[in-house]
Amino acid sequence: MCLAVPGKVISLNDNGTGQVDYLGSQVLANFSLLSGIRIGDWVIVHAGFAISRLDQKEARRTLKLFQELEKQS
Amino acid sequence: MTGPVFHRTPFSDWRTRETTDHLLRAIETETRHLPAALKLMEVCGTHTMVLHRSGLKPQLRAAGIELISGPGCPVCITPDYYHEAIIDLLTARDDIIVCTFGDLTRVPTRKGSLQTVVPQPGSRLKIVYSPEEAIKEAWSQPDKQVIFFGAGFETTIPGIAFTVKTASELNLKNYSLLTAFWLIPPALRAIIESGELAINGFIYPGHVSVIIGEKPYAFIAEKYHLPGAISGFEPADILLGVLSVVRQIRSGKPRVANEYQRVVKPQGNPQALALMEKYLSKTAADWRGLGIIPDSGLKLKPDYSAFDALKKFSLKLKPGQTGKTACRCGEVLKGLIGPGDCPLFGRQCWPDSPQGPCMVSYEGACLVEYKFSGAKHHD
Repeated sequence: MCLAVPGKVISLNDNGTGQVDYLGSQVLANFSLLSGIRIGDWVIVHAGFAISRLDQKEARRTLKLFQELEKQS
Repeated sequence: MTGPVFHRTPFSDWRTRETTDHLLRAIETETRHLPAALKLMEVCGTHTMVLHRSGLKPQLRAAGIELISGPGCPVCITPDYYHEAIIDLLTARDDIIVCTFGDLTRVPTRKGSLQTVVPQPGSRLKIVYSPEEAIKEAWSQPDKQVIFFGAGFETTIPGIAFTVKTASELNLKNYSLLTAFWLIPPALRAIIESGELAINGFIYPGHVSVIIGEKPYAFIAEKYHLPGAISGFEPADILLGVLSVVRQIRSGKPRVANEYQRVVKPQGNPQALALMEKYLSKTAADWRGLGIIPDSGLKLKPDYSAFDALKKFSLKLKPGQTGKTACRCGEVLKGLIGPGDCPLFGRQCWPDSPQGPCMVSYEGACLVEYKFSGAKHHD
């Protein structure tokens, strides 16, 4: 099943893995499917592998869209 | 090592009642002009869960949108004979360790479920969260044969393919895969082509799309003129997807909208796609309920057959051997009936005593409906 929320990368190991934090609970994730992962990135982890990095600019854009909808209605 | 980090997620502001109310109102403004309610398929089981848990399903119905659950639950669509093959092997040999995802161990078959056969002498079953744990198991137990048994869509497949890369690099001789790999776009084509269900549009699965991107759905808009939107998993994300689909219907311009751009890139995840391309090739696959669909599955390429448990242990997958019960999972997966229409639902089938995989998996339509509809079982 898909874990619907993103987690935050809080540590990186030499072997391409690292810890991802979900509001205090942490999981080990493999970052081999992404490039240039840094501590502080938000990622989507699925079955032990980070499959996408969250684009915070896009996240803010969607949020703005919601706010505009609120103004319209 | 740092201690627990407490933070707001970038979504903290998205779950307000106001946001969903405004989106629902925007949807209603569009549907008001349509002659009949729209039937949209939410392909992904996690979307099904979010829709029920958030209470959006009845609200959308009131706004003229009927959402139908699709085949997006890998455990649900994997036929019983995969389980039966691994159960046979696990009980026949005492040097086998099967590593698998938790819900796969509970699927009931004629031969029981993986969990029920574990107590037999020598049987070893390990539930894993990541397929990489199976590699560690194989590495630490060189005198045992470790098989990773996994079912998954495009989301899960790259991680499992990565274990083949690792096992090749480590020259692991005691690691192999029994996999049921499923590809979403060919299944959607089959659902449309069957013509059994008049669907007006699709909410595409967010995390399958993370891997494959937007293009593999293009034929749905181009050839079948059906709209669709890739959606995320916040309730507001799903509503945004629905709003996009409804607007596409009203404008008569179907396309593949991406309403989850913060996570889904148009081209998908190139590293993940390259891994799949390197180790796997397309094959026909047999979906529970949908039957055999061309090019809808993946299997290991011949170069990597040393990691193929089917070949290594001469396993036979025997279609058509499954005993018939009154379980109607197949029709639920096709969206032809709702869980409540099955005669077993809530009577002989509930989460502690599932009669079919749709009541086993956390994203199975029957389990989700049972949990959130207030159904109680009665004998």
